[in-house]
Amino acid sequence: MSSVSRPTTAEAGAANGPGSAGAGRPSPSPRARGLPVGAYPRYVAGRLAGAAVSLLAVLVTSFFLFRMIPGDPVKFMTGRRPVSAEQIAVYRREFGLDLPLWQQFTDYCGKALTGDLGTSYQFRAPVVDKITEALPNTLLLTGTAFVLYTALGVFLGTRSAWRHGGLGDRLHTGLALTLYSIPSFWLGLLLIIVLSVGVDPIPGLFPTGGMESGREEGFAHVVDVAHHLVLPVVTLVAVEYGQTLLVSRSALLDEMGGDYLTTARAKGLRDDLVRRRHAVPNALLPTVTLIFVNLGRTVAGVILVETVFSWPGLGGLFYQALSVPDLPLVQGLFFVFAAAVILMNTLADLLYPLFDPRVGR
Amino acid sequence: MTAEATEGSESTTGAEGTESPESPAKGAAPGPRALARQRRRATVARFWNEYRRHRAGVFGLAALSLFVLVALSAPLTVGSDVESVTNAPGQPLESPSGRFLLGTDQFGRDLLGLLIWGSRVSLLVGLLAAALSVTIGALIGITAGHFRGWYATVMMRITDWFLVMPTLVLAIVLATVLSRSLGTIVLAIGVTTWPTTARLVRAQTLAVESRPYIERAKALGGGHWHIMSRHVLPNVMPLVLAQTTLIISSAILAEATLAFLGLGDPAVVSWGGLLQDAREAGSVSSGDWWYLVPPGVGIALVALAFTLCGRAVEAVLNPRLGVSR
Repeated sequence: MSSVSRPTTAEAGAANGPGSAGAGRPSPSPRARGLPVGAYPRYVAGRLAGAAVSLLAVLVTSFFLFRMIPGDPVKFMTGRRPVSAEQIAVYRREFGLDLPLWQQFTDYCGKALTGDLGTSYQFRAPVVDKITEALPNTLLLTGTAFVLYTALGVFLGTRSAWRHGGLGDRLHTGLALTLYSIPSFWLGLLLIIVLSVGVDPIPGLFPTGGMESGREEGFAHVVDVAHHLVLPVVTLVAVEYGQTLLVSRSALLDEMGGDYLTTARAKGLRDDLVRRRHAVPNALLPTVTLIFVNLGRTVAGVILVETVFSWPGLGGLFYQALSVPDLPLVQGLFFVFAAAVILMNTLADLLYPLFDPRVGR
Repeated sequence: MTAEATEGSESTTGAEGTESPESPAKGAAPGPRALARQRRRATVARFWNEYRRHRAGVFGLAALSLFVLVALSAPLTVGSDVESVTNAPGQPLESPSGRFLLGTDQFGRDLLGLLIWGSRVSLLVGLLAAALSVTIGALIGITAGHFRGWYATVMMRITDWFLVMPTLVLAIVLATVLSRSLGTIVLAIGVTTWPTTARLVRAQTLAVESRPYIERAKALGGGHWHIMSRHVLPNVMPLVLAQTTLIISSAILAEATLAFLGLGDPAVVSWGGLLQDAREAGSVSSGDWWYLVPPGVGIALVALAFTLCGRAVEAVLNPRLGVSR
């Protein structure tokens, strides 16, 4: 059953470049549109099953991906340090590398399902602990940025489409495309130079990195964190809102020719109301799907922004793990990032029929 | 580039046109080959006329030509010894001056030279990665559209799965576990970015295969290979090339990102690598903007130029889209 509506979501997702924003021609799946009231539980079950299969696939991929390393993982881990044969044997036993591959795999899956992602080489601590430590910080940063760039993108996108071809539209589309082409880490570094380090007339306005200066308690602490949050969020919003803008713009352009808009105008509705009450709600449906499908890009942005601003989140942790490289930690974080995107997409799929006003009326 | 695609798609119809009664051969009928060539030229001209109307696309094309020219002529203008650390011409971290227009890096190498030299790697990796990605995507898209049944189902499930995966994270992991080289970077970007193309190509393949002339080809004994290579491929080529232009721009960004994260080939200079060097040399805290700004501008301009071209090609091929005008 999931195979019926999946292609539509994915086809919409196919438009994950700014250029192909309209190429996917996202139309709500026939399933979701014509969903009979009682069919929702079945739809949910199908979606959840699909998500479970995807998660399993991620698990399998992450296992075999990290077995692709040419040579011995222990040598990789110890680097150029001279290690005795006994030490290598100890390491191999510790990380279960002396077992046959299939047994390593079943062990790995069993442990992963019980929430054990191994031990970090670098921190000598369970990977899960490092992840749960960093997760709230990432959620704070990503959540704030996500809400802001979605709101900004949809707001500007729908307005651009409504007056498409006009000066405002061309300016906004051009700016969005330009910002979309800018590497997020570079923008972050520039912002640090200009606003944190300070160029001559301007003093440093924001901290160069981290999440808190320490010491403060209570409300002062909240203000401090917010102060640290400004630049990372600005960077993320700047590089990500363009995509939302283009997606919502082309979704609304698709609706522009609709007869129902002519009817609404013929009723004598103000232009503003035609847009807000009639056109935008219809354009929002495909936009929502696309925003969630494009979350993968946001994850990449978060990793870079956290790295540049030394934000103590999952992305910063990922960078630390990469530079060693601390394979269990990289593996665990890879799983978390992929799982997060899959779960968010499933959530979007589940909410989709509820948002569609044509369903359940 | 795109001209060839349109040529390709027309060659099929051109060849058919000579056989069918509504063939618009005017005057003395030339041979089928000459006729096909004539049609191709007309299509290219028509495409170019349409393309020219998209000012952003023309601007992108001009910028690209300039970049490619500069990159190709780099051995003549700056010479391959700009990369050499041992006999660097200047002092470490000099600010821009008459001698070094963009200053020098921490080894005293001329940054303008490095920037021009680095453009070669960025463009090359972008092109190769996009070529790999589009090849995989087109192959899977065409076969999944042509062979229905379980093969298509399995392929599309895999495509969907790749589609929601955080592409760059996957590429980072691949680049981490494989050896450090440009080939790895190309591979990592190529095998993670193909699903978009596969989706689009499959949809187009399904549309093409439902046309009567495919049925005719089958009736005349055309096999799978004949239909896919002679009829479907030329028809999806324009789409594939528009897609390539767009993927090049994200591949260039991805290359810069991987290099910045320290996963690039340490032996070659690329724009992303320059940014990583700049960060490691402490140019952020010391405010050495002239070290940081130019590589980023380069990346952004090239990526933007490819995006603008891709959008213009897309708009020409599918005017209903209403993008990029």
